[in-house]
Amino acid sequence: MKDRLEALRVEAIEKIKQSHDLKDLQAVKVAYLGKKGPITEVLKGMGKLSAEERPVIGAYANEVRDSIQVELDQKQKELEEAAIAEKLAKETIDVSLPGRPVKKGNAHPLTAVVTEIEDLFLSMGFTIAEGPEVETDYYNFEALNLPKGHPARDMQDSFFITEDILLRTQTSPVQARTMEKHEGQGPVKIISPGKVYRRDNDDATHSHQFMQIEGLVVDQNVRLSDLKGVLETFAKKMFGEDRKIRLRPSFFPFTEPSVEMDISCFKCSGKGCSICKQTGWIEILGAGMVHPNVLEMAGFDSKKFTGFAFGMGPERIAMLKYGIDDIRHFYANDIRFLKQFKNA
Amino acid sequence: MLISYNWLKEYVNIEISPSELADKITKSGIEVEMVESLNKGISGVVVGYVQECIQHPNADKLKVCKVDIGQGEISQIVCGAPNVAEGQKVAVAVPGAVLPGNFKIKKAKLRGEESLGMICSLQELGVDTKLVPKEYSSGIFVMPSDAEPGNDALEYLNLNDHVLELGLTPNRADCLNVLGVAYEVAAIIEEEVKLPDTSITATEEKAEDFISVSIESLEDNPYYGAMIIRDVKIGPSPLWMQNRLMASGIRPINNIVDITNYVLLEYGQPLHAFDYNRLGSKEIVVRRATEGEKIQTLDDQDRTLKDTHLVITNGKEPIAVAGVMGGATSEVQDDTTNVLLEAAYFTSGRVRAASKDLGLRSEASSRYEKGIDRNRVYAAAKRAAGLMVELAGGKVADGIVEAGKREVNTYSVKMDVSRMNNLLGTSISSEQTSAIFDRLGFSYKESDGIFEVTVPTRRPDITIEADLIEEVGRIYGYDRIPTTYLLSEARPGGLTASQAKRRRIRSYLEGAGLYQAVTYALTTPEKSTHFSYTEDTVYPISVAHPMSEERSTLRMSLLPQLLEVLQYNQNRSMGDLAVYEMGSVFINRQEILSDLPEEYVFVSGAVTGVFNEHLWQGERKAADFYVLKGILEGLMSELNLSERITYESGGIEHMHPGRTAIVKLDGIPVGFVGQLHPALQKELDLKDTYVFELNATSLINAETEQMVYQTLPRYPSITRDIALVVDQNLPAGDLFTVIQAAGGELLKEVNLFDLYQGEKMEEGKKSLAFSLKYFDPERTLTDEEVVTAHNRVLKSLEEHFGAQLRK
Ligand SMILES: [Zn+2]
Repeated sequence: MKDRLEALRVEAIEKIKQSHDLKDLQAVKVAYLGKKGPITEVLKGMGKLSAEERPVIGAYANEVRDSIQVELDQKQKELEEAAIAEKLAKETIDVSLPGRPVKKGNAHPLTAVVTEIEDLFLSMGFTIAEGPEVETDYYNFEALNLPKGHPARDMQDSFFITEDILLRTQTSPVQARTMEKHEGQGPVKIISPGKVYRRDNDDATHSHQFMQIEGLVVDQNVRLSDLKGVLETFAKKMFGEDRKIRLRPSFFPFTEPSVEMDISCFKCSGKGCSICKQTGWIEILGAGMVHPNVLEMAGFDSKKFTGFAFGMGPERIAMLKYGIDDIRHFYANDIRFLKQFKNA
Repeated sequence: MLISYNWLKEYVNIEISPSELADKITKSGIEVEMVESLNKGISGVVVGYVQECIQHPNADKLKVCKVDIGQGEISQIVCGAPNVAEGQKVAVAVPGAVLPGNFKIKKAKLRGEESLGMICSLQELGVDTKLVPKEYSSGIFVMPSDAEPGNDALEYLNLNDHVLELGLTPNRADCLNVLGVAYEVAAIIEEEVKLPDTSITATEEKAEDFISVSIESLEDNPYYGAMIIRDVKIGPSPLWMQNRLMASGIRPINNIVDITNYVLLEYGQPLHAFDYNRLGSKEIVVRRATEGEKIQTLDDQDRTLKDTHLVITNGKEPIAVAGVMGGATSEVQDDTTNVLLEAAYFTSGRVRAASKDLGLRSEASSRYEKGIDRNRVYAAAKRAAGLMVELAGGKVADGIVEAGKREVNTYSVKMDVSRMNNLLGTSISSEQTSAIFDRLGFSYKESDGIFEVTVPTRRPDITIEADLIEEVGRIYGYDRIPTTYLLSEARPGGLTASQAKRRRIRSYLEGAGLYQAVTYALTTPEKSTHFSYTEDTVYPISVAHPMSEERSTLRMSLLPQLLEVLQYNQNRSMGDLAVYEMGSVFINRQEILSDLPEEYVFVSGAVTGVFNEHLWQGERKAADFYVLKGILEGLMSELNLSERITYESGGIEHMHPGRTAIVKLDGIPVGFVGQLHPALQKELDLKDTYVFELNATSLINAETEQMVYQTLPRYPSITRDIALVVDQNLPAGDLFTVIQAAGGELLKEVNLFDLYQGEKMEEGKKSLAFSLKYFDPERTLTDEEVVTAHNRVLKSLEEHFGAQLRK
C-alpha cells in the first residue's frame, strides 16, 4: 500500500510537472486529490489494514497528499506567474512611439522680453503705467520739452492724424500724464511699456511700429548715481551677473544731463566681436535726469524734486538676447519663428 | 560729421592715437561711430616721374611708360589710363606693393610688354569715386610737380590719415566743424586750442565802392557781410586742401569754391563766392522770394520759389537761395577774376523752409538749420579772404560791407556746486569745477560755490543750470560717478488687477494652444472697418502722411491682421495654425477727430486647419466652431464670468451667417466667435477659418466677486438622464436655460451628452440627451424629491418647446 501511495505521488508529481496550464493542473488536482481520486481510494481501503499499519499508512497518505498539494501550489503559482507574464507580454507597447501632444502655444518673443523686464522692475518696487497710443501733441512733445518747431522733433518723424493728434512716437507721454496725476507730490516710480510709431521705412533695423519701455522715478533727492544703481541691477539681471555698465553723455530733450548706457558685451566679454562691433560695449538704452522744464510743466517744483528717466527698445534687447538679425521677424509672425520661443 | 585726425592736430596738440582719441571723445559725450583709416592696407606706393610715355605696340588703349621711381631707378610700366602723359608726377605701386582689398602688385607682361608695377588712380588707392576731382575721375591722379620721386605717395595724398565719424546729437551743432571739435578735444585732453590765422592785408580799394548790401528783414537775416577779392586766378586748390576736403567727404572743384568749403568745414560758417562781374548790379538785397519766383540754381535746375523762402538778389532778381544754393548766373567759373564773398547769418527757419521745399540739403543748409556760431561769421570771412590771397593770388579790397549786427552779446548761467553734487551723487569740489570750466574754455566768476558762467556763443545749447552740470559731469567723467541705490522709502511694486488679468488671459490662451502674434496697428482704410460689431457710426482714423496705403489707417479690429498672419504662413506651406493677439483698437465716433479716439484692448484669435492631431493614432481633429467656443468658455471661466456670458447667433459682416455667435456679457455684446464667411475665405485663399474677437477691456472691467470655498458634498448625488425630441432649429442653449430654471435648487449640473439629427428622426426634429445631477449638500435626497424636481423639468420642457421624451 505504501508502494502504491509512493507510486501515486511520483505519478502525480510527474503529471503536475507536465501541466501546461491551470486547466491541466486543475485536472491533475481533481484526478489525484479529488474525492474520487486514487488517494481517497487508497484511504478507503485502510479498513483492511492492521491497527499498527493503519496510522502509519494514514500518516503516509497524508504526507503524500500534502506533498502533492505543495507541488500543485508551487506549479499553480508558476503557471499563474507565467500566465500573467504572457498576458503582460502581449500587452507590451512601443514606448519609443511619440506621446499624445498637449496643445500649447506660447508668448510672442517681444511679450516675453517685456514681461521679463516688467517683472524685474516690479521686484524693485516699480508699478506699470499705461496710456493711449493715439496721443495729443501736448503730451507727446510739448510736455516733454519739445515745443513746436524744436529741431529734435525732426529726430522722430511722426504719424500725425490731425495737427494736434498723432500716434505716439515714444512712451514718454505716459510719464508726463503720470506726473501730472501726482500733482506735484512724490514719489513717482513707474515703468511704461507699450507700442510706439514713427515714420520709418520698414527694413532690417527699422520698423514703423515698435515697442518701448520707459522708466521714471521722481522724488526728493533722486541722483544720477541712483540711476546708475538701478540700471546696473537691470543689466545684471537681464544680461548676466558679470555685466559691467558704462554711462556716456548724450542728448535727449526731456533729460539733462542725458546719458546712454552701454553694457560690456555678453558674447565676447569685452574683447571685441561682431555683436559689439569690436568695441566690447553694446548700447542698450538712453536715460538721464528729468529736465527741470518737464518737471515744472507736470506740476513739480524742480528745486525740490529731481528724477531720472530711462527708455529702451524691447526689439533691440530681444534681438541681442536671441541673436535675431532682422526686426521684421517680430511682425511677420511666421509660426516657425514664434514656436522657437517656447522657453523664452 | 567726418573729422580728419591730421587736420584736427593742426589746432590741438594731440599725442594719442586716433582710436584712443575716439574712445575719449565717446566717453565724454560725442559718439565716435567709426574711426576709418584712409590707408586701407596700402603699402609700397611711391611718387614716380613719367619720363617717357609711348603707345603700346600691341594694344590701342595702353601706353608704355618709363617712370623714375627714385634713386635713379627707371621702371617700365604699362598704363591704360587715358590721361597718362610725359612729365607727370604720379603715384606708382611698385612690385610687392599692396593696394586696398589686399590686392598685391606683381611684375607682369601686358600684351608682350614688361610692366613693373602700376600707375594708380585715386580710386585704386581707396578714394570714393564721388570725391575724386572730376578731371581725374576716369584716369590716374596727377600729383603736384614738387613731389619727389621715390617718396611715399601716401604722405602727399594724406592717405596715412584717419577719419573720425562723429554721431552728433542735435544739441551739439558746435561740433559740425573742425574748430568746434578742437575745442571739445582740447577740453577732454587738457590742451589749448590754436586758432587759424585770420589776418589779411587789404589793398587801397574800398569794398564799399564795389557793392552795397541791404536786408529787408533782420528777423530772417540778422547779418549779411560781403567782401570783395579782386584778380583771383581760378585753378585747382593745393593738394593738402583737396586732401582735407576729400577726407571730409567733399569733392574738390577749384581753388575759390574749395576755399569756401574748406572754411565751412573749419569754422562751420557757410560761405558763398559769387562771380562779382556776373552779379548784374552793384548791390545785394536780401529779401523774401515772391510766390512763384524762379531761379536757376548752380546745379542747372530751374527752381520755383515760395514767399517763405529767403533769396539773395542783385536788387532785381534772385542770384541765390539764401543758405541753400547759389544761382547759375553768378557762379564762379574758370574765367572768374573778381569774387564777392558772402558771409551771413540766416535764421534756421528760413533755410529749413527752402531746403525742405526744394529738396536741397547741402553742407551749408544743414548747418544753418542746426544753428551756427553768430560771432564767428566775420572771422570765417577773413579766413576765407586770406586763403584767396594766398592760394588764388587775389587782392582783398578793404573792409567788409555789412547789414545787420555782426556780433551778439553773450549771456551767463548760474550753477550751484552743491546742487550739482546732489543731482549727480558726487562730491566734486569748487576747485575741480573751476578747472573743468577752464578746460572747456568757459569764463566764470565764483563765490561760495556759486558759479556764474559766461557761455561762449559757440555753445548755444547751454541755457540752464542743468546744462552746466552736465558739462562738468561729462568732463569729470561719468565712470567716476558712484553707484548708489534710491533713498526713497520702499514701496511694493505690483501689477494692477487689470494688468494681472491681461496676463492671465494671455497665458490661458497660450495654454489652450494658441500662439501669440503681434501685428501692426496700421492697415488699409478698407480693412480698418472689417468685423465691426458696434451699431454706432464709426469713422476710420487715417494718418495724414502714411508711408503707404497698406499702413495708413488705424485698426478697429485685430482680425484683418491676424488673417494676414494666416495667409503669410499658409503661403509658406504651414496650414495648421492657431494664433491670437492682444492689442489696442481705436474707435472714433467723431466725424472730425478733435478728441482722442476711444482705445480698447481687444483679444482675438484665428484658427485654421488641424487643431488636434496625433498622427500615428490616426487622430486629426480640424478646428471648428466648437473648438473655438470651448476655448472661449474656458476663458470666461478663467475670468469668473461664465454665468454672465451668453452666445447668441447673430450676423457680423464677413462672418458665416449661420455659424457665428455674438458673445454677450450681461446681455451686452462684447465680441463674437464663428467661421469666416466662405466668400472672404475664398478671397483670402484661406481654408475654413474660425475666429473670435473679444473686447478684453470690457471683460477685465466687469466686476467679479471674490471666490468663496464651497463645502465638498458629503451626501450622494442622483443622476437622471433624459432624451428629448424637439424642433430641429431650437437652440440647445434654450433647453439648458429652461432645464436649469425648472430644476430648482437641487439641480446642480446639466450636461448635454448626445445630439442626434438623422434619418431615424421625424422630419424637422432632432434629439438631445441631457444628464441631470441632483443633490443637496445637507442631506441625502429621497427618490420622491428627485422625481418631483425631474417631473417639473419635463413638464416645463413640454410647455416651452413641446419637447417629448424620446421613445
Ligand atoms: Zn563683443
